[in-house]
Amino acid sequence: MPIPMTSNQVLNREFFEIRAKILQLAASFDRLNRADGSVDGDPRLSLVHEALAVLASTQEDRAEQIQLLFSRQYEDDWREKFDLASTE
Amino acid sequence: MYYIDPHIHMVSRTTDDYETLAKMGCVALSEPAFWAGFDRGSAESFRDYFRQLTEVEPKRAAQYGIQHFTWLCINAKEAENVTLSREVIALIPDFLDCPNVLGIGEIGLNKNTKNEATIFAEHLELAVKYEQQILIHTPHLEDKYQGTRMILDMLCDDSRIDRSRVLVDHVEEHTVRHVLEEGFWAGMTLYPVTKCTPQRACDIIEMYGPERLMANSAGDWGPSKPTAIPDLILEMRRRGHPESLIRKVVYENAIEFFSQSQGFNFKAPDANETAASS
Repeated sequence: MPIPMTSNQVLNREFFEIRAKILQLAASFDRLNRADGSVDGDPRLSLVHEALAVLASTQEDRAEQIQLLFSRQYEDDWREKFDLASTE
Repeated sequence: MYYIDPHIHMVSRTTDDYETLAKMGCVALSEPAFWAGFDRGSAESFRDYFRQLTEVEPKRAAQYGIQHFTWLCINAKEAENVTLSREVIALIPDFLDCPNVLGIGEIGLNKNTKNEATIFAEHLELAVKYEQQILIHTPHLEDKYQGTRMILDMLCDDSRIDRSRVLVDHVEEHTVRHVLEEGFWAGMTLYPVTKCTPQRACDIIEMYGPERLMANSAGDWGPSKPTAIPDLILEMRRRGHPESLIRKVVYENAIEFFSQSQGFNFKAPDANETAASS
């Protein structure tokens, strides 16, 4: 189902919202730098940087990819690990 | 526009919220059993809770012209206590014939543990035995994708489950496709911070279409907005979507899904006008 707006209409509507969200992110990173201590080795920060790379890409499913980036892995043998029988 | 909130926890909300919902166009809602914010100490606590859901809330809602429906279970968080869970499951049949009960829910996973999976499977057995519809909670944040896939594994392996009678809730961009492709209904929860925003929910409707897709507020005692569905209605209108599409997502889909339950004795507010004018 197409979105009933042109890309120009979407940008007109959302430009200031996008700008505000980018500023919010920039200020968060500045705040991290100003605070005492270091979080350079924190895996959460690595995830954030990976997410920013997805954001800057041109792929069409960025929201889904970022969701997956912040998700625990699914393993299809989980029932064997839990020793739970399948009903198959 | 009339709408139905298919997932909201009114025991945690004030009577003022019922009034606000009515003013916003809410004509019916369904309230799954959930976690109270603390772990309850005995099955008798759940018996009282089920009485609240089947006796008290319908009366509170009716004062504002809202029809109240409900689902019964022990939620995924307390399901970690297997002994308590089995005691609660044993008392659920006593309530299944109450006039506003739609089925078993919201069952599911929270931290995706063995105990949660065990109790989820036992809830499925209960639903199959009593031919009940099922409403499913999927986990939060980093646990959602893994937990949703585990839930789908359990559902899809059981040929007794009628997929058209199961709603998998709290879907987001990375889980909605899996749920819809397997033939289940999907619910999007509109939350201020976690889960979906109205804008992202509208994106998902545009990407996947309106079939078997609903939106809810999941309003509860935590950060949530009981009037989130009108926010989605406004977003869809601002984008230029037709009223017929909006009505399908926020009203007609809920009626289609819930109508599979014998407890859904819904009376549309405009039914008499429609009959009189035809």
